[in-house]
Amino acid sequence: MGSYIPNTKKQREEMLKEAGFSSFDDLYRDIPDELKVHGELNLPDGKSELETAKLLKQLSRENKVYTSIFRGAGAYHHYIPAIVKSVVNKEEFVTAYTPYQAEISQGVLQSIFEYQTMICELTGMDVSNASVYDGAVAAAEAVSMCRSPKKKKVLVSEGVHPDTRKVIATYGWAAKDEIVTLNLKNGLTDPEDLVDDASCIVIQQPNYFGLIEDVKKIAETAHAKGITVILSMNPTAMGILPSPAEYGADIAVGEGQPLGMPLSYGGPYLGFMAATQKLMRKLPGRIVGETVDSEGKKAYVLTLQAREQHIRREKASSNICSNEALCALTASVYLAALGPEGLKEVAEQCASKAHYLASELKKAGFTLKYDGEFFDEFVMNCEDPKALNERLAEKGILGGMPVEGGILWCCTEMNSKEEIDALVKEVSK
Amino acid sequence: MKTLFERSVKGRRCTILPENDVPVYEFAETRAVAPRLPELSETDISRHYTKLAQHTFGVNNGFYPLGSCTMKYNPKINEEAAALEGFTQIHPTQQDAQGSLRLLKTAEKYLCEITGMDEMTFTPAAGAHGELTGLMLIKKYHEVNGHTQRVKIIVPDSAHGTNPASSSMCGFTVVNIPSSEDGCVDLDELRKAVGEDTAGLMLTNPNTLGIFDKNIKQITDIVHEAGGLCYYDGANLNAVMGIARPGDMGFDCIHLNLHKSFSTPHGGGGPGSGPVGCKSFLAEFLPSQRIVEEAGTLKWEDRKDSIGMVRSFHGNFLVVVKAFAYLVTLGKQGVPETAKNAVLNANYLKHLLEDTYEVAKPGICMHEFVLTLENLKKETGVSAMDVAKALQDYGIHPPTMYFPLNVHEALMLEPTETESKETLDEAAAAFLDIYKTIQENPESLHDTPHHSYIKRPDEVTAARHPVLRYRFDD
Repeated sequence: MGSYIPNTKKQREEMLKEAGFSSFDDLYRDIPDELKVHGELNLPDGKSELETAKLLKQLSRENKVYTSIFRGAGAYHHYIPAIVKSVVNKEEFVTAYTPYQAEISQGVLQSIFEYQTMICELTGMDVSNASVYDGAVAAAEAVSMCRSPKKKKVLVSEGVHPDTRKVIATYGWAAKDEIVTLNLKNGLTDPEDLVDDASCIVIQQPNYFGLIEDVKKIAETAHAKGITVILSMNPTAMGILPSPAEYGADIAVGEGQPLGMPLSYGGPYLGFMAATQKLMRKLPGRIVGETVDSEGKKAYVLTLQAREQHIRREKASSNICSNEALCALTASVYLAALGPEGLKEVAEQCASKAHYLASELKKAGFTLKYDGEFFDEFVMNCEDPKALNERLAEKGILGGMPVEGGILWCCTEMNSKEEIDALVKEVSK
Repeated sequence: MKTLFERSVKGRRCTILPENDVPVYEFAETRAVAPRLPELSETDISRHYTKLAQHTFGVNNGFYPLGSCTMKYNPKINEEAAALEGFTQIHPTQQDAQGSLRLLKTAEKYLCEITGMDEMTFTPAAGAHGELTGLMLIKKYHEVNGHTQRVKIIVPDSAHGTNPASSSMCGFTVVNIPSSEDGCVDLDELRKAVGEDTAGLMLTNPNTLGIFDKNIKQITDIVHEAGGLCYYDGANLNAVMGIARPGDMGFDCIHLNLHKSFSTPHGGGGPGSGPVGCKSFLAEFLPSQRIVEEAGTLKWEDRKDSIGMVRSFHGNFLVVVKAFAYLVTLGKQGVPETAKNAVLNANYLKHLLEDTYEVAKPGICMHEFVLTLENLKKETGVSAMDVAKALQDYGIHPPTMYFPLNVHEALMLEPTETESKETLDEAAAAFLDIYKTIQENPESLHDTPHHSYIKRPDEVTAARHPVLRYRFDD
């Protein structure tokens, strides 16, 4: 059986004796006998490392690895530069705890400070936190930031990712929010639908169906009614589309997975959150700040902790403790490797390829469900996306996400022209 | 250390992408102001992060007795398993993911067996996220049963800060009850606190003083008789896994920290995983979907009365892969053996220290113990903080400081089972050496650590005049 206990049997005996115990059972004499597990747990026997490695490899082989992926819908297949994997596998970063002890944690603290800076630059917002669990939770936490006793209504566009809408609804149920869904018209949110007495509105750019929303107009309408604007935005799109700040968002959130995290059957992912200066003290989670040490040298620390659970307990702005630090590091290294030009290039290639796919499909006689401008995803009318996807799967292609009345295609820089042409040929069969 | 932005040189870049091989699409409206991301070569990036790593202290750097955080060694085979292409390249919505489903289903079975629960979800991404989810189950249960007056959650004052914070987030009112001297639940206080408005109780056992609450069955009975439910905070499970099960203690739902008890790394503050388990009467309320088997094939199926979703997709899947690899390695023998040695190591280290330092609660401890430096501080002026910081000069990560709140000048030590006798002996020697310094030259401890990259930071200025991002010159 496997074990990670370094002490030999002899050492354990010596230690027991020295600490004044007659046996291991003696260590547990405080636990009432009727509460103890008697006999063995119903688990398999332990295994050697070699056996564990084989077993896990076997399980991984029961998953289908596609050679070509044309699906996004909240999880995007991008190229991950080798330097990203190399940096985030450094043992110090992998095995450290939350950096409570600043003197021996300057490295990880600085990496978070740099991450916060990059998120501010990307979103155009003033302040960023150190991350939350994922994009959906980031949106739900943003709604919590806006909660007020007078305004219970929370407006959520139907164009927001279905999982994000569900998470907002669950958090909102617990906090007694009144969630109002804004239905889409021709795939887009209608600014006319904004009611007066809402605390905030959540919109997504590009929306779930790939369309580019008129966020500026929505934000202007919202602000005129005193509604806080929460924009959930794909970070890749920020390389080329206007930033959340340019759109007029008060809080920018989103799923950071496209910034260097593999698909991983859904996680770990990264929820990023940034806001205007005014909302700084309402941000949940860890935040790193720059200061000096007792000798005047530049230093980084976890700061504004008066918001947090370990200080404020039931009065804290959120309960968050562990976040997604290593994923935030991943995003930083990814953005550093690409730089401003590289990120723009990724965004441009994703969009160009998606538009190429759309035009080729149109040439082949297919129609798009919506006529609005899209980024790197679009809905094609399709009666039986399931059957189509089954056919594509046989060719090693993961087809688009089935949605009502159609199929949601996605392209990234990973899809070469050759691959796209092959897909169109298959779809046309 | 220079930041990435200070190392940036205009026009410098890595070559990552091939030329675009399709016509370029032009957007109607584009970004006005470009993000000032750093422009670097791969050499720059590699050296920058190597430097940052050198100023980061992980479990691989040395002893990490951070109480309540279970900083055990993170086995490499777990990392290797989670890096397999058959796990990393899987889209969360793809149908043919039998391997992922089987892994999740089997991990659920093993963890239910260890905890005495009937069903489990892996959706919550961290411990506090699990707490929130578990409390939502309690809320839903009362709602479904028409007990809308049950709005209060009882939390002992020795609890982790996340417990009351999660309760508030879930829309409950928190009732703090004082613990008895050993951090255990004061049964009289509990009886006074429960009533018609009790929704539930949140508890960790062993508690934050490292003591197993012997009255646990009475405690859960009192809450149940009052109509409330009992929530188990699994932060301290490492002491009792395979030895005693929360389900048998009378708990209705629990969360686990896979990044504590089940050896997945902390990553400098996540990603973690906080699966929530419950008894069958709460199972329909669990978030997201459950995995069912149909003719030998596994698939996701909706729950009848789910609270909804608490995170997208299926949670931090790769973290579960790591914990699963650990469980497979340990097996039925290794799980209790782990707990026993965690408790042995804690008692051994406590034994080495207790003649010198005052233990907050003398006697047997579980996986951790708490020192109180209250008297020492009165006599010498040396605080828990001073001692903690001094340990850094010995290559030891400081224990948890000033927690639990019901102990003054607290230092909470959790050595874990993956530390050797030699490491514990060396750590004890460091503690005793510091004690000698306290007697001879207490003043010298106020500005420890002496050998770290920075001295103690000015946290007050950091909070009063927040600088939360790099400021560009232009």
